[in-house]
Amino acid sequence: MGNEAIGLGAIAAGVGVVTGYPGTPSSEILPTIAQRNPGGIHVEWSTNEKVALEVAAGAAYAGARTLVTMKQVGLNVASDPLMSLAYVGVKGGMVIVVADDPGPISSQTEQDTRTFGLFSKLPVFDPASPEEAYAMIGDAFALSERYGTPVLFRPTTRVCHGNAPVEVGESGAPSAPEGFVKDPKWVIFPRLAYQSHLRIEQRLPQIAEEFSDYRFNRLSGSGRLGIATQGISGAYVAEALAALGDAVPEHKLLRVATPHPFPRRMGLEFLEGLDQVLVVEELDPVIERELQRLAGECHIPVNVLGKGSGHVQQAGENSVESVTQALAGFLRVECTPAATCAAAPDIQVAEPPVRPPVLCAGCPHRASFLAVKEAMRKRKAVFGGDIGCYTLGNAKPLDMVDTCLCMGASVTVAQGLHVVEPDKVHFAFIGDSTFFHTGIPGVINAVYNQTPIVLVVLDNSTTAMTGLQPHPGTGETMMGTIASKIDIATVLRGLGVQHIESCDPLQHEASKEAVLRAVEATANGVSALIFEAPCIHVAPSGPRYVINEEACRCNLCVTRLGCPAISRVDGQMRIDDDLCYGCDLCAQMCPFDAIERIAPMEEGR
Amino acid sequence: MSLRTNIIIAGVGGQGTVLASKLVARAAMDAGLQVRTSETIGMAQRGGSVVSHLRVSETPIASPLMAPGMADVLIGFEPGEAVRSLGYLRPGGTIVTNAHPVAPVAASPASAIYSGQSMLERLDGCGARLAIVDGDAICAEVGSTKVLNVALLGAAAALGALGFTLEQLENAIRESVRARFVDLNIQALHASARSMSAPA
Repeated sequence: MGNEAIGLGAIAAGVGVVTGYPGTPSSEILPTIAQRNPGGIHVEWSTNEKVALEVAAGAAYAGARTLVTMKQVGLNVASDPLMSLAYVGVKGGMVIVVADDPGPISSQTEQDTRTFGLFSKLPVFDPASPEEAYAMIGDAFALSERYGTPVLFRPTTRVCHGNAPVEVGESGAPSAPEGFVKDPKWVIFPRLAYQSHLRIEQRLPQIAEEFSDYRFNRLSGSGRLGIATQGISGAYVAEALAALGDAVPEHKLLRVATPHPFPRRMGLEFLEGLDQVLVVEELDPVIERELQRLAGECHIPVNVLGKGSGHVQQAGENSVESVTQALAGFLRVECTPAATCAAAPDIQVAEPPVRPPVLCAGCPHRASFLAVKEAMRKRKAVFGGDIGCYTLGNAKPLDMVDTCLCMGASVTVAQGLHVVEPDKVHFAFIGDSTFFHTGIPGVINAVYNQTPIVLVVLDNSTTAMTGLQPHPGTGETMMGTIASKIDIATVLRGLGVQHIESCDPLQHEASKEAVLRAVEATANGVSALIFEAPCIHVAPSGPRYVINEEACRCNLCVTRLGCPAISRVDGQMRIDDDLCYGCDLCAQMCPFDAIERIAPMEEGR
Repeated sequence: MSLRTNIIIAGVGGQGTVLASKLVARAAMDAGLQVRTSETIGMAQRGGSVVSHLRVSETPIASPLMAPGMADVLIGFEPGEAVRSLGYLRPGGTIVTNAHPVAPVAASPASAIYSGQSMLERLDGCGARLAIVDGDAICAEVGSTKVLNVALLGAAAALGALGFTLEQLENAIRESVRARFVDLNIQALHASARSMSAPA
């Protein structure tokens, strides 16, 4: 996997300190290093991306090679240290891997980290494949140390989650760092910032010049038409050109692996003699604008087409198909759609059902949402959601996520809503890992400003959505050691929350009562309810259940729960043995006691 | 013409599609072939539609993702998901699908009506070679619900659709699966392969 290649590349480059926060599609990089740790590499999941970057900054000040991993929106959280660190610089090489998610497949935004590179004035590496990513990590560390600057490394989903054979070299042991040497340069001050800004502007053209000879920036071909591309889009371009075949006219091809600072000399060499250029890239028109700027600066009469001109899609993930169509139009080549098995004119076409992601069968979040929903049936309430598996609580029939903005925002958005609509009950649903990530400052804000919201912490003892990573509440570290768990109730007590209650959401009636008590308690300020039940992926399954057809009278289990294990087959509610986790929620909900516990499947059949 | 097999694996998040593509990739690497794959990892793993692209070749492969009509083989972990990915399959390609449908979560009882049979009928009439695997029966035979992925690979290999022998997949299982599950998976591989040669 590309993410494994990045991790192994970092080990081979002698990385000494690795920090990060999980987020699709970046999550597998850091565990790869933890698993293959040759010894001596400090690996940690940090509480959030800002923390991760700052821990790494300290290690880099002391001369260690550091790697920081996160997804694209994680860089928003880490942007404060990032912007200043660009000025302060590092001693040990620092590579910040920020995985972008075109589509988006698993994200809130389609932001382009290359644009963040332009904004922060940091060099950016943009690998096109797992193999390239492996090799490029070492180059990124070398450049970082040569210029004393953090470097951004920006793979996209298809590189991160693509698999290909990679030749792995010997892993270098981390070299002993020199140690921290006191120097005024480590303290950012306005005068120093001015000098640093000047130094950055002076070195960017030098790096750009170096990038024009960089091994993964490639220029080939000849002619009056040009195609410029990057990353995985370069692979789509190659497939498209092969598919369009012999009719493709002579053309130049530019692949840009270091979009910032833009390899100017190579760009000029590319543009020379061209009439038209098509730029194919994900996600912002970064190369497109750089080429337009170059053409303008150097008075080159060339038309640079792409997202801005409408020749390439402006949003969403590129595909072989979309790139083939764009190139066919640009190159004026006939493009007949490939024959497929999808068209079947002579049979009546049945369409497959829509299948959005859902909370797993047995997921305790379902029980938590349901308890709140039923307890609030007659009240006006707003249900603020956050980032995690529990965002899936927005799907019908639960329909329990009214807002979702970014990590930690359930807590704060609820406060803003309360200020304007104090007559409603404002809930903030937040997961355990998200609570530690950025939830806590929002709780302090609510307590201090006396904004009575109901905080509902969904504590499933893991970071479920991104692949079960440990966090401060789980007591495990990525170094394989056991730490004392940080108890959420104790944290809340320390923050001054008066009403704090923990309960098992799978006890349905008791949970509803706990919800009512929490709502009642908002008379005295913020109240908190902690629903504690482990994710089904970290807990053993319980007994199985069947629906007694004789007793079954309604369909509430289907219409209220939205459990993937329960469906209606031939007019009868049925529980799928393979999916049922034995959470017992449906049995507690059934008004006719028609759902019965049976022995575990192995013995029952 | 050099060997080139393009495979689409379509299923529902949680069914084990990622391991299936890992096993094919491992077998390809062991055979000294080029391979590129792309998986769906993330939110869709929670019961959503997931599609893996696998490309195996003697010559270098550019893109892990395929364009419509490029796949030689479509492996459906669920009949409806196989139908959803039909656009990738070239005419005359091979479909290996599990017979057992997975009902989507219903927002209302009315939307709960989903018949796998209509999906299988559509697969049957689409111009591809179709093999239907009784995944439930094979899982019951070996006593585990977690071997559907290997069962489908076994059927595809038995049909000669993958370009790999059962022995090559067996080795890939030994290399990639946790030791205590190896025998179970190899049993499922062969049970499924046998079911392909048995008279229908």
